[in-house]
Amino acid sequence: MGPPPVSLAGSSILSVAGISVQLGGRDVLTDVTVDIAAGQFVGLIGSNGAGKTTLLRVILGLLAPTAGTVRVAGSPRSRRNPLIGYVPQKFMLDPDAPLRARDLVGLGVDAHRFGIARPSRVRRALVDEMLAAVNAQAFANARVGLLSGGEQQRVLIAHALASRPRLLLMDEPLANLDLRSAHEVVSLLAGIAQEQQIAVFISAHEMNPLLGVMDQIVYLAAGRAVSGPVDAVIRSDVLSRLYGHHVDVLNVHGRVLVVASDHTPAEDHEPTAARDREHVQVIT
Amino acid sequence: MSDFLAPVFQTGFFTSAPVHTALIIGAVVAIVAGPLGLFTVMRGQSFAGEALGDIGTTGGSAAFLVGVGPLWGFLIVGVVAAAAMELIGIQRARGRDLATGIVLGASLGLAALFLYFDTTVHNTTGAAVTILFGSLFAVSTSTIPLVLTLAAVVLGVLSVIHRPLLLSTINPDLAAARGIPVRIVGASYLLALAVSVALCAITIGSLLSTALLIGPAAAALRVTKRPGVAAVLASLLGVVAIFIGIVLAYDSFDWPPHGHGWPVSFFITCMVFVLYLCSGVPAWHERRHAHTAGSPSLPKLPLLEA
Repeated sequence: MGPPPVSLAGSSILSVAGISVQLGGRDVLTDVTVDIAAGQFVGLIGSNGAGKTTLLRVILGLLAPTAGTVRVAGSPRSRRNPLIGYVPQKFMLDPDAPLRARDLVGLGVDAHRFGIARPSRVRRALVDEMLAAVNAQAFANARVGLLSGGEQQRVLIAHALASRPRLLLMDEPLANLDLRSAHEVVSLLAGIAQEQQIAVFISAHEMNPLLGVMDQIVYLAAGRAVSGPVDAVIRSDVLSRLYGHHVDVLNVHGRVLVVASDHTPAEDHEPTAARDREHVQVIT
Repeated sequence: MSDFLAPVFQTGFFTSAPVHTALIIGAVVAIVAGPLGLFTVMRGQSFAGEALGDIGTTGGSAAFLVGVGPLWGFLIVGVVAAAAMELIGIQRARGRDLATGIVLGASLGLAALFLYFDTTVHNTTGAAVTILFGSLFAVSTSTIPLVLTLAAVVLGVLSVIHRPLLLSTINPDLAAARGIPVRIVGASYLLALAVSVALCAITIGSLLSTALLIGPAAAALRVTKRPGVAAVLASLLGVVAIFIGIVLAYDSFDWPPHGHGWPVSFFITCMVFVLYLCSGVPAWHERRHAHTAGSPSLPKLPLLEA
């Protein structure tokens, strides 16, 4: 049981209440609650295997939770939800695929439609607008699989925005990006959240690139979550309660590090290998 | 016809009925194979396409025994095999290849039996060669209506599902999140693929059918970066390969050994191969210039917490 989520002003765009997921008899998520208001920038932070992707897949309706509810803009989540834009966990586009950046964004407009596509001025204008929103005009006509990781990420964001969502879900968009590209993507997303009032929910195993822009943080560890403003969550006492053993929150040259204590309690049920890794490694 | 083309188009080429039939069937099949092959290459399902062709051998050889046109055999067995592949396992690439391989092995065993009966009991000389390697000049004119119907069905299905299919091909999760029924779209594509492979099989034989399906498509996607253009270009390259193949095969009646034309399938697959090699030139050119075009002109965004 984490602390109750902090309710924020503004209309709720995403309400995740008491979500639990069991996969193969294992608890992947336990009683996770998240509330996101319109235009908020929210980070979903946790180490690998903490359940970030599982939570996003539940929100998308790709995975049925064992318990709990998901409401998007006040309505129960449905499989086809145009209110949610999605950028999946890192996948490099096929370098051979005959697909320009603008074609991929165009699929964001009407890929769910059956039948023959009729080229229209409205569709073209929308694609151009989305490409401009992510500063991708320079490579709009390039083969998308030949673009760099950061460029592909921006095209995928434009693809997700093309359906005019109110919530943008992004699974580890910063993984495999160099620092500069990561900063570009983050400030781009922060701008989109602020200017277009699109809520951004972005998962990452490293919180530092997001620290300056997060309105709220959802911190996942072993399937449990605490959420709230960064200052209220990234504290030694709060995270220690979440982990079930002592962790320190360190501030090193403006970077926040969560570090496991040296003396992990003996009753910790995690396998030795995982515990040892936590000893050595900074958690997030 | 002007005189300088006379060595290319031998006497009788334009009045020969088998040539007319071959040109019509070849063109229609190549047009269908283009866009279908494009998706097959992009989805990494070339092995499934190859397997459907090989499995078709069973149908083609059985058709000879029963005494119906080989297209019916290719078609029925191909569609049943595609359905089986879809039902057995499609979730993971490894499971898919395994299921495909197992169905393929069993099917080719049956084909061995049927071809044995074809050549010994029924004494149908050349049945094995016709089924395995095709013989476009031997295709009956009465097959044309069926070929046209099947082609219309495949292109119809593809024009309905092409956008959801394209997104599913790029990333199934992305498609599923958009509410696209990825499984149904994928199954529809696989059925269309089975029919296209059957069409390719009567053109250049069950063993060579993949060449017509994959070759022009693989060449087209190296040449263009636009999906619609790639589909049309794949069809066009296929038609070119088949037409040149037919002309050369007709000419080859005068080549040694005299009076025995070389197999048209040989010329078609050669042409496909040559076209694929040629497509490497623009592809190489694009790759060389890809990275000098985009990156430096990126607008500079303010860095956070710098």
